[in-house]
Amino acid sequence: MTVLQIIFLGISVIIVIGALMTVSSPNLVHAALWLILALAGVAAIFVLLEASFLAVVQVAVYIDAISILIVIAVMLTRRAMGETERQINRSWLLAAFAAFMVFSGILSLFSQVPQLANTPSDLVESSEFYIQELGKALVNVDQSIIPFEVASVLLLAAMIGAIFIARPPERAGGDS
Amino acid sequence: MGDPFTLIADFLRDLLLGFGLDPGLTTAILKFVGAAVTATIALTLTFFTIWLERKLIARFQDRLGPNRVGPYGLFQTVADFAKLLTKEVLVPEGADRSVFMIAPLLVVMSVVGLWAVVPFAPTLFGSDINVGVLYLVSIGSVGTLGIMMAGLSSNNKYALLGAFRTVAMMLSYAVPMILTLLIPTMLAGSMGLTKIVEAQNPVWFVILSPIAAFIFYISSLAEVGRTPFDLMEAESEIVAGFHIEYSGISFGMFFVAEFLHAFTIAVLTVTLFFGGWQGPGAEAFPILGFVYFLIKTAILYFVIIWIRATFPRLRIDTINSISWKILTPLALAAVIFTAIIDKLTPGDGWARVPLHLAGSVILIGLTLIAFRAYARSIRKQSEGSGKSLAQTSEAGS
Amino acid sequence: MHEPWIFIAFLIPLGIILPATAIGLNRLLAPRKPNPIKQSTYECGMETVGDTWVQLKGQYYIFGLIFLIFDIEAVFLFPWAVAYQQLQLYMVLEGIFFILLLAGGLLYAWRRGALEWV
Repeated sequence: MTVLQIIFLGISVIIVIGALMTVSSPNLVHAALWLILALAGVAAIFVLLEASFLAVVQVAVYIDAISILIVIAVMLTRRAMGETERQINRSWLLAAFAAFMVFSGILSLFSQVPQLANTPSDLVESSEFYIQELGKALVNVDQSIIPFEVASVLLLAAMIGAIFIARPPERAGGDS
Repeated sequence: MGDPFTLIADFLRDLLLGFGLDPGLTTAILKFVGAAVTATIALTLTFFTIWLERKLIARFQDRLGPNRVGPYGLFQTVADFAKLLTKEVLVPEGADRSVFMIAPLLVVMSVVGLWAVVPFAPTLFGSDINVGVLYLVSIGSVGTLGIMMAGLSSNNKYALLGAFRTVAMMLSYAVPMILTLLIPTMLAGSMGLTKIVEAQNPVWFVILSPIAAFIFYISSLAEVGRTPFDLMEAESEIVAGFHIEYSGISFGMFFVAEFLHAFTIAVLTVTLFFGGWQGPGAEAFPILGFVYFLIKTAILYFVIIWIRATFPRLRIDTINSISWKILTPLALAAVIFTAIIDKLTPGDGWARVPLHLAGSVILIGLTLIAFRAYARSIRKQSEGSGKSLAQTSEAGS
Repeated sequence: MHEPWIFIAFLIPLGIILPATAIGLNRLLAPRKPNPIKQSTYECGMETVGDTWVQLKGQYYIFGLIFLIFDIEAVFLFPWAVAYQQLQLYMVLEGIFFILLLAGGLLYAWRRGALEWV
């Protein structure tokens, strides 16, 4: 085993523990914090895969924005601290079976993709180059300009929708 | 002669290789030593900056400041640290013990992590990752998480309120900060901080886009929660904010993180907008570049202290309005202006300065006109309902 | 390629370990004499009334959402900014169109009063 493989295994163990604790922790805030640990582990995996852009995006979007949003939502909706409820109900066996089936299905699908068996060792260019290529592809008419602009429309729709739901029109009017 | 940093690294490398270690392990050991030195220097530096800040604030307020322990009170912070170290760390009843203890560590980590990508001199930098700017954003915001954990775990209403206020403020100010970071990235064509510094030869980015530098500086100040953005410790409203239940060295860690972050802001602003180590002769003599870097940082850090000594604390609604209604639109406009102007400008170096400056002037002019219109509408409103406003305020008090 | 990240991989744990050492040192040096009054939550010297859980305002959530959307926007824009030097003018204008759409969203939030801190 190389050093990289050992590091990969260690990070994977952390991610799995984080994920398990997320679903099994009775305290909602703790569950959110374990989720953050799992997400941070995923960021570390991205670094190992030489996808440094994805790694920082993972931290910037998931850990900084989404997880904080989750905690705020938890605080808004219910009494979160020190809550103890039963973590499993009657159909947990069924759920575990379904999860296992989905996992094995995805695994068998992936194992049939031939490219995944190769080791990507031919990343010769600096990864600066890849970010630049990504940036060019995003605004290139022949490539992904449509998804790029659609993404912005989607974000706009998300923002308007969120504000509309959080603030119904009758409250917003007035002199402001 | 002029490059002791490479000299030391080479000496260590030869020494370790001489022991018969393999090159990969040697690199790892060298990186570890570098990281340990960086973290230690960063944290030890706070002893000095806290003293400096107390002394300067005292001078601003016509006081003497610390002057008992050591020459000019230089060892006051060491004494304070020793005292904090020997004080009991109280964990309040009903607190979430593990989260409570982890929170200050995360806050310190997020600040120390920022130092990894800063190029202090042409040959002195921790790591030159190609996503440096986004790394700064993401690792810097982990501190937000630490603050939220501190508030949630303290089992205290004030801590909870203070933490969420702080989080709301940090989220608000992260938006203009991230947007202005697009401008150095655009002008340098890279997110790596080393490349950004190299691209600022001969023209610093602050000259090309003074608005971006200003917004970055202000919103970083808010991220740290220095005066005038220190509503997290508005004593009259929420006592001490999120760290109300912290005592002893755990409190000290929040303190260290805040002061180190204030210094780091100066470091980052210098790197991104004020040319980093750039200066005459810096390429040839890296040590000279380091000196330039320190001088620029010292000046910007002094301005931070100056701001702290001068401005009163802002109200929470004003703070959030400044971010969403002034800084964010201005940052968006600055990105658009810079993108168009730099594409239209022919040539390199100083040739592109006049157009950029003209763009900045137009933008500032538009902002001032918008302010004026806004002030007029406010005045009109208060003239219309002036009497009722006065009455309500009297009744309210 | 991993080489620059090795430094960060060392520095971030050190950023946790060093303050943890200070706290551990505190464990050794400091007295530990807990008592109920000392351990009680601080509330201006009076006894704590009610639960710690306070109802937060929905405003926090709106700020969080707007921040999230701008964060994702920035993530899209950073590759564009890195490639900026090599783009043609119309490509730059596409990026600006992206920004303007989001600015429209901000304007909508503003007009609807979602940015007011009430």
